[in-house]
Amino acid sequence: MPVNFQELSAARNQEWRNELRNRLSAKERSNLPRVKMPEMEPMDRILGFKEVNVGLNEDAAVLESQRCLDCSTPSCISGCPVNIDIPGFIKLIEKKDFLAAARKLKETNALPAVCGRVCPQEIQCEALCIYHKMKKAPVAIGYLERFASDCERLAGNISIPPIQTGNQVKVAAIGSGPASLTFAGEMAKSGYLVTVFEALHELAGVLSYGIPEFRLPKSIVRSEIAYLEKLGVVFEKNVIVGKTLTIEDMKKQGFQGFFIGSGAGLPKFMHIPGENAIGVYSSNEYLTRVNLMKAYQFPHYDTPIVLGKRVAVIGGGNTAMDSVRVAIRLGAEKAMIVYRRSEQEMPARIEEIHHAKEEGVEFLTLTNPVEYSADADGRVKQMKVQKMGLGAADDSGRKRPVVIPGSEYTIDVDTVVVGVGTDPNPLIPRTIQGLEVTKWGTIVVNEETMQTALPEIFAGGDIVRGGATVILAMGDGKKAAESMHVYLQNKKTN
Amino acid sequence: MNKIVAKEMLSENVVKLVVEAPQISQKQSPGQFVIIRTDDRGERIPLTIADADKEKMTITLIIQIVGTSSHKIANLNPGDSLLDISGPLGKPTHIENVGTVVACGGGVGIAPLYPIARAFKEIGNKLITVLGARNRELLILEKEMAVFADEMIVMTDDGSYGEKGLITAGIEKVLLREPVHLAVAIGPAVMMKFVALLTKKYDVATIASLNTIMVDGTGMCGACRVTVGGKTKFVCVDGPEFDAHEIDYDEMLKRLNTYKKEEQVSYDGYLKSLT
Ligand SMILES: Cc1cc2nc3c(=O)[nH]c(=O)nc-3n(C[C@H](O)[C@H](O)[C@H](O)COP(=O)(O)OP(=O)(O)OC[C@H]3O[C@@H](n4cnc5c(N)ncnc54)[C@H](O)[C@@H]3O)c2cc1C
Ligand SMILES: Cc1cc2nc3c(=O)[nH]c(=O)nc-3n(C[C@H](O)[C@H](O)[C@H](O)COP(=O)(O)OP(=O)(O)OC[C@H]3O[C@@H](n4cnc5c(N)ncnc54)[C@H](O)[C@@H]3O)c2cc1C
Ligand code: SF4
Ligand code: SF4
Ligand code: FES
Repeated sequence: MPVNFQELSAARNQEWRNELRNRLSAKERSNLPRVKMPEMEPMDRILGFKEVNVGLNEDAAVLESQRCLDCSTPSCISGCPVNIDIPGFIKLIEKKDFLAAARKLKETNALPAVCGRVCPQEIQCEALCIYHKMKKAPVAIGYLERFASDCERLAGNISIPPIQTGNQVKVAAIGSGPASLTFAGEMAKSGYLVTVFEALHELAGVLSYGIPEFRLPKSIVRSEIAYLEKLGVVFEKNVIVGKTLTIEDMKKQGFQGFFIGSGAGLPKFMHIPGENAIGVYSSNEYLTRVNLMKAYQFPHYDTPIVLGKRVAVIGGGNTAMDSVRVAIRLGAEKAMIVYRRSEQEMPARIEEIHHAKEEGVEFLTLTNPVEYSADADGRVKQMKVQKMGLGAADDSGRKRPVVIPGSEYTIDVDTVVVGVGTDPNPLIPRTIQGLEVTKWGTIVVNEETMQTALPEIFAGGDIVRGGATVILAMGDGKKAAESMHVYLQNKKTN
Repeated sequence: MNKIVAKEMLSENVVKLVVEAPQISQKQSPGQFVIIRTDDRGERIPLTIADADKEKMTITLIIQIVGTSSHKIANLNPGDSLLDISGPLGKPTHIENVGTVVACGGGVGIAPLYPIARAFKEIGNKLITVLGARNRELLILEKEMAVFADEMIVMTDDGSYGEKGLITAGIEKVLLREPVHLAVAIGPAVMMKFVALLTKKYDVATIASLNTIMVDGTGMCGACRVTVGGKTKFVCVDGPEFDAHEIDYDEMLKRLNTYKKEEQVSYDGYLKSLT
């Protein structure tokens, strides 16, 4: 998205901003050390599912906000996929108007409390902060984003933006992950009657069933949903579009525009011998049992899970990191990440890798499983792995792992979690005639408008991108809402 | 919330519920199932849609009490509600006029067999049903099946009703007697395994409907995976029916035992909470 620097500079030239900027010199600001996020002690946090990052207090947040130089061309904004006015909200924190900071965030980001916690800031907004040029740690944009939105929520003072009225057009969002939630919020603000259909019994997609409580408390997700309900969004759970209800049925019910945000929920397995042994889980199943079904509170909750003592998690992304940290919390004595490239290539957020290490996770990098063996009952007891070397870079720019012949050895395990990625669920593409789909199962859209081959159907998030990030999914939802609005307006006048 | 409108005990531990499900009742076909949750601490458990009434917008579920979740459902009464129902899930049975069909149901497998058998009859097949149960008390839906079946054979393990013997004995009698074009087997995994071995011997095409452990039922978790013809399949989206001669029953039987210990803990706790 192009950044509108003109608008930004007008905001920057407001009197209070000028005055605030001149209170401290750039040198004074840049000499302040980056704030540290207060965290629970590793030994305490692995006993339960409480949030690891405690959050900044007011003093720490204001101090950190002072580090931001309020740059005249803030490079950080280009690093944020939805182009949040970063100095804009940070200066409101420095001014101690925390609720205004939260409102500023909400102008561009419907879920700031979520993004402040789970965005890979180190490769997005913070990666482009001017501080890198000074060889210093970037402004902690994510921590500040979290701080402002938490303030608003804890104050119980969630602002409801003005809603346009007079538009009685019905639109539907399919799936309730971040892409659909953003789409729904934007459309509701423009006055549409929005219904979100979700297959599961709980809303919010990966935010509910995937990312664990210790990283994203579910109370935050619930409060975001409550906010959307206040905007008038209707949620229908237990509706599997394509099975319970088809697009045709919805058209008969009067829906005129559709947004598909059904995610990439299909687990990948490696198709190696022994993968169907008891105790070998997909990361989706492992995390769903724990997060959605609360298996960590079994037998208080009815859904069980295998409590492994020696757990190997295959993969190096956020999913793998979440799974291995869940394993530790379920009482694993040995919890391992088994990843075929080196730590440098791991796609997980750096903070999660760091947290996992603090919690005692062992990292077996440049290692790949080739076979599992089971005992007489069919329970996994060993895995055979091979060592990998790194070859030339592949298409993604990462070095390709190559097998080192004769390097196999075995590791004793009683639980394995396969977290090597997910594919789009084929249900929706399969049940809608005329949608264009790639060979990877993602839906083809016009990247400017998020419109599919069928004009009334738009799509975004992981169903379009394959596995990506929360903020990218949200950006898609927002773009789709804007262009669906234009599409429906034009249709009305024609 | 889906209200229960009728309840009937079919045997000491098998209960039939008629439940309001407006959308699902319109969409379902024989062979499909739903996932239900009784309460907010409950599991998501799969149950076959045994019957549906489009006008009354209800579906019928037949549940055998085997553990916590099934017992919780059986304890509900008309007027109570199930917290969640989602569906219809799985692929519908491919119903076709092939000639003679033998429909084999073991235990509570008779419930999912019922709508499938009826559909095979309605499309014009000769339908022979073979039902098996441990004893007379555990036999369900006999009267309902008799209404449309051309012939009915009942086998009980203890001979308390019908003929004494395993279900395979009843099936073999038919296979020896006349040409059969298709067999459908639904019941405990062990029963399906032996029916498949038998029909293989007689070279009769056979489909089995599998009841693996599930979580979401939409292809998202892989809990339900089985090996069919050497390939991993997800029962909830690729099934629940597969070529009975290609299924790795031994692997499936082992996987069904994954949570044996935990299920016992859960059930003991639940039964205690009732007293
Ligand atoms: C364990 C894990 C950890 C992650 N950690 C991070 C992180 O730290 N930071 C980050 O930025 N990203 C992270 N991601 C990625 C991020 O969560 C996803 O990119 C994002 O959630 C995609 O959003 P979405 O709206 O496209 O779909 P999803 O969040 O996948 O939601 C899709 C929803 O659609 C529903 N659905 C599917 N089919 C149907 C249907 N037919 N009818 C009705 N509903 C349907 C699904 O049940 C689901 O609820 C993580 C992902 C996982 C799995
Ligand atoms: C597609 C499908 C359709 C089914 N239809 C019916 C039906 O119409 N009527 C009926 O009575 N049962 C049906 N089942 C089986 C039913 O889901 C289980 O009996 C039920 O989940 C057991 O839960 P529980 O807590 O009462 O028992 P548990 O104590 O959990 O388990 C008792 C036994 O049931 C099996 N089991 C456990 N969890 C599951 C699960 N999620 N899915 C399948 N089996 C499980 C285990 O092998 C275990 O030994 C079906 C299963 C599938 C997959
Ligand atoms: S939404 Fe994410 S990328 Fe954008 S500013 Fe916030 S933390 Fe950074
Ligand atoms: S680049 Fe860094 S210092 Fe400059 S405005 Fe952005 S966050 Fe502030
Ligand atoms: S039940 Fe989860 S994939 Fe089949």
